[in-house]
Amino acid sequence: MYDFIFKPFSEMTNEDYQKVGFKSGLEIHQQLLTGKKLFCRCPAGHYSKDFDAEILRHMRPTLSEMGVYDGTALMEFKTKKDIVYRINRNTVCTYEMDDTPPFLMNDDALDIALGIGMLFNCNIVDELHIARKQYLDGSIPTGFQRTAIYALDGWIPYKDKKVKIVQMSIEEDSCREVSDIGHNRVYKTDRLGMPLIETVTEPAMKTPDEVAEVAWICSNTVRSTHQVRRGLGAAREDVNVSVTGGTRIEIKGVPKISLIPILTYNEAMRQWNLLRLREELNRRGITSETFKAESFDITKFMKKPHYAPLKSAVEKGFRIKSVVLKGFVGLLRWQTQTDNYFSNEVSDRVRVIACLTTIPNIIHSDSKGDNIPSSDWTAIRKFSNADDNDTVVIVWGNEEDSKTAVNEIIIRAKEATIGVPSETRQGSRDGTNGFERILPGADRMYPDTDLPPMQITQQRLDNIKAGLPEKYWLRHSWYKELGIPEDTIQELSISKYASLFKKAVNEWHVNPTAAAVILIQYPKRLKKKGFNIGILDEEILSNILKLFADGKIPRDAVLSAMEKILVNGFFSDDIISTPASVDEVKKEILNSIEILNNISLRNEMNKGIILMSILMKKLRGRFPASLVAERIAFNKKGISNVG
Amino acid sequence: MSDNNDFKGYSGPALEVLKKYNAMIWSDVELITDNGSFQGLILPRSETADDLHIVLKIPVGYNIGIAAGKITDIRINGRKEAHYKIPEKAFPYDYRKPRVKLLGTGGTIASRLDYRTGAVIPAFSPGELYGSVPELADYCNLETEKLYGVFSENMAPENWIGLAEAIGKEIEKGVQGIVIGHGTDTMHHTSAILSFMVQNSPVPIVMVGSQRSSDRPSSDAALNLIHSVKTAAESDIAEIMVCMFGPTSDIYGLLHRGTRVRKMHSSYRSTFRTIGDIPIATVSREKITPLRNDYKKRRHDNNVTINAVFEEKVAIVYYYPNMHPDIIDSLIKNGYKGIIIAGTGLGHVNKPLYPALDRARQAGVAVYMTVQTLWGYVQMYVYETGRVMMDLGVIPAANMLPEVAYVKLGWALGQTNDLEKVKEIMLTPIAGEITEREPSNGYLIYQGGLPEVEEFIKLNRK
Ligand SMILES: [Zn+2]
Repeated sequence: MYDFIFKPFSEMTNEDYQKVGFKSGLEIHQQLLTGKKLFCRCPAGHYSKDFDAEILRHMRPTLSEMGVYDGTALMEFKTKKDIVYRINRNTVCTYEMDDTPPFLMNDDALDIALGIGMLFNCNIVDELHIARKQYLDGSIPTGFQRTAIYALDGWIPYKDKKVKIVQMSIEEDSCREVSDIGHNRVYKTDRLGMPLIETVTEPAMKTPDEVAEVAWICSNTVRSTHQVRRGLGAAREDVNVSVTGGTRIEIKGVPKISLIPILTYNEAMRQWNLLRLREELNRRGITSETFKAESFDITKFMKKPHYAPLKSAVEKGFRIKSVVLKGFVGLLRWQTQTDNYFSNEVSDRVRVIACLTTIPNIIHSDSKGDNIPSSDWTAIRKFSNADDNDTVVIVWGNEEDSKTAVNEIIIRAKEATIGVPSETRQGSRDGTNGFERILPGADRMYPDTDLPPMQITQQRLDNIKAGLPEKYWLRHSWYKELGIPEDTIQELSISKYASLFKKAVNEWHVNPTAAAVILIQYPKRLKKKGFNIGILDEEILSNILKLFADGKIPRDAVLSAMEKILVNGFFSDDIISTPASVDEVKKEILNSIEILNNISLRNEMNKGIILMSILMKKLRGRFPASLVAERIAFNKKGISNVG
Repeated sequence: MSDNNDFKGYSGPALEVLKKYNAMIWSDVELITDNGSFQGLILPRSETADDLHIVLKIPVGYNIGIAAGKITDIRINGRKEAHYKIPEKAFPYDYRKPRVKLLGTGGTIASRLDYRTGAVIPAFSPGELYGSVPELADYCNLETEKLYGVFSENMAPENWIGLAEAIGKEIEKGVQGIVIGHGTDTMHHTSAILSFMVQNSPVPIVMVGSQRSSDRPSSDAALNLIHSVKTAAESDIAEIMVCMFGPTSDIYGLLHRGTRVRKMHSSYRSTFRTIGDIPIATVSREKITPLRNDYKKRRHDNNVTINAVFEEKVAIVYYYPNMHPDIIDSLIKNGYKGIIIAGTGLGHVNKPLYPALDRARQAGVAVYMTVQTLWGYVQMYVYETGRVMMDLGVIPAANMLPEVAYVKLGWALGQTNDLEKVKEIMLTPIAGEITEREPSNGYLIYQGGLPEVEEFIKLNRK
């Protein structure tokens, strides 16, 4: 039933994705633009490499409210990491280090979040309950993230349908990882505690491109508020993907929307290929009941290995162990993603859970490498009772870690008989993904007993609503109707001058395309010329638009008027040029012809163009170019008449 | 307040709505409201929260509050009650390991969460403790007994007496170490009084608690418990100690002498500090490292002196400028037998108080002077005023910490009303509460911002 074979990314069609039952949803994380952090008064958005001190912590799993341990929690505890936090006293106080209870939630952040919730057509909750979401990886020193759902059940328009927004939460951002080697993980704490919202869509997207397109709509909507942070890391996507018969897998922290298609393609392929692997195992008679694996300590066979990783393992006094996967021959070379194999799945688990972070951390008999002489392989196979149908995996580490590794190899191999294990995965730049951790369930949610529930009043919502921008997608379609150039629509619809544009078009009757160009393209052009366009604020731009609407600045003079403002540093009436009289124009034409006559031209055909450019230098903004052209009877063939 | 357990924590309009639709807590429901419907489990509500909202645990695990007033219907789909279970495993017995007794008074060394009230329910049986901190079995055979279940601030003299007596019994029974689980707020009061009530213990008596409750992954509870059990099982320090984090990092604990320790920060993990001296030792998972050698050593007998008495009519008066004599007078009038003054500087109060102090002397109230600077000795000879106060019967209490002097005075007055005998008890050092000298490293409060301090922190702060 899994007979479809994945094609290269560029060759996949919508029908192909339909065949495998591709389904994907988004969890979009967006930092909010506030001065301070969410639960303390530290400044937000100050990143630095310097640190004043380091703090060491460990994380232990705890019981959830519903009375059971969460799967991820137990896994993280197995890994037993020393977690080191680098702290800079300018960006971190005792709250982030969990030595001071939280302060009340930052109201600015909540206002922004609530506003975005309304833009996404959500139902806002009446009372906010702050929860603790456990993260035992240490990315938050408390071991949990303070987070609260504030909006549910919204939607955004996409194509001819609505994509449902399942829920939105406001939460504190986590640490940034510096390194994770062996049992030691180091974090920077500057980002920790910054306000963030998470927007969760239903898994309504049926192709990788659809996922990216919906991500763009969400991104543009939040950006249209101008109250969210921009730049690297300010917006991160978690993308969940499944195929028919597969499992909902989350790819965490995708930094760029443009990476989403290739990442979701590879994940769909991975799941599909794991399901095909299960089929192959079943064909070989291997099910979760009949699955068999054994492990052996083979350190004694490895006295003097020449393969560098094993050599260094022997030097460190590590144990070297073999795991025999019965009937698995060839399957560690089973392709999962582009240039990725089932052996990567096994190696990833060993890396993350057994903390054997130096890669390669396993070798196996399905790979035709020359890392171990074949005589050694024979000896190992014999010692491990492995026959030709079996695969032997070799792993090395200290007593404890090698033991954990052997267990994980067996666990992962056995999971292949079931299908796609629930886990979260991390995307790489090449579009593939690797294991991050077991997918946490609802069991890791605890109520935060440090903060009381908080009522959200209708009054508050009304106030926020009054300041909200018009919905991004409404603007978008209106601009289309107005015939605004495609390259300007996108930017204008999230621009902070979108409401000025509306006024200019509806009240001052400015030509829509002209208004869009003045508001979006001209500032960009001037910025390119090196001007600080920050001076062009709403007031100045509306002055310009009004002058333009009143005919006081002709269209071809707007750009130079704006430039003049930037040169002067302020708006003044002298940017309006006095219109030239017909006499003046005539005089200028005669002057210009004289100048032209003194220039020797290589091609007489260019005469008209050059004359126009000399003239317009004097007359731009003072006399319509079209009328000047008419007067000199300028046409492409040259000047036919001077009158 | 709440009607009964079926609607736990709900009252007013919220309760009425729930009753109207017969939606009890733990019901799996769909709340239909004016603006959309919400699916989830109805949770009990904290009794301190308002009576206008219903708490719903939605399927992703979050809780939200929905205004009762806008609910138009509740559809009940089922019921799912939470069952707390701390994974309980039999604490393994190993005949080679020492017997350690854990006495519980409250506190949250190992616990689960009652999200309704926000209270933390302690895990306490050896099996429960083993389920959450399995490392304990590496050190000892653990027995537990829950004496009380009170918050630290509610520990009272009767609890101190009961605790001291329980310790006596355990020592007689031959345990090799005792751990006392205690809330941190008044842990130093209890450690001080136990230092007087329990004398000449042959085994370590270790008080322990946590600054972050154990329902949090980064809690200090497990490590504190491990440190204290290790100390009780293995150390040769037969004193009353407080065992809490040394630094804020998960590295090692400090063993503080029960009479010289004080909680010094409202929330830091490393809140307990030895004042005016240095701690007895450091303790980690691997080893106990003494910082001094003048402690009482472990013995192999079962002898201990328990003297568990306490006079409750004793008060601490924390002096402040503009204090009026009626503060002292009201204590006299209410029959107080002892007053500890925490005076300014070397031990001073203002002149208007003098007549009241005189009245206290005439009424037979024992008045002792300590310093609110915490560090340093009372010295009432330096200034004329000090001498005047001594003439009025105020007795300098050397470098006893105010709380320590308080419990000691209660303990002394519990034994006798003879003020001369009380004075003898008060001024005779019993458990390090008065020291002959203050070492120069007994007072170290580094001032942040100084370059040399910052450098030290960068290299050494953990
Ligand atoms: Zn802070």
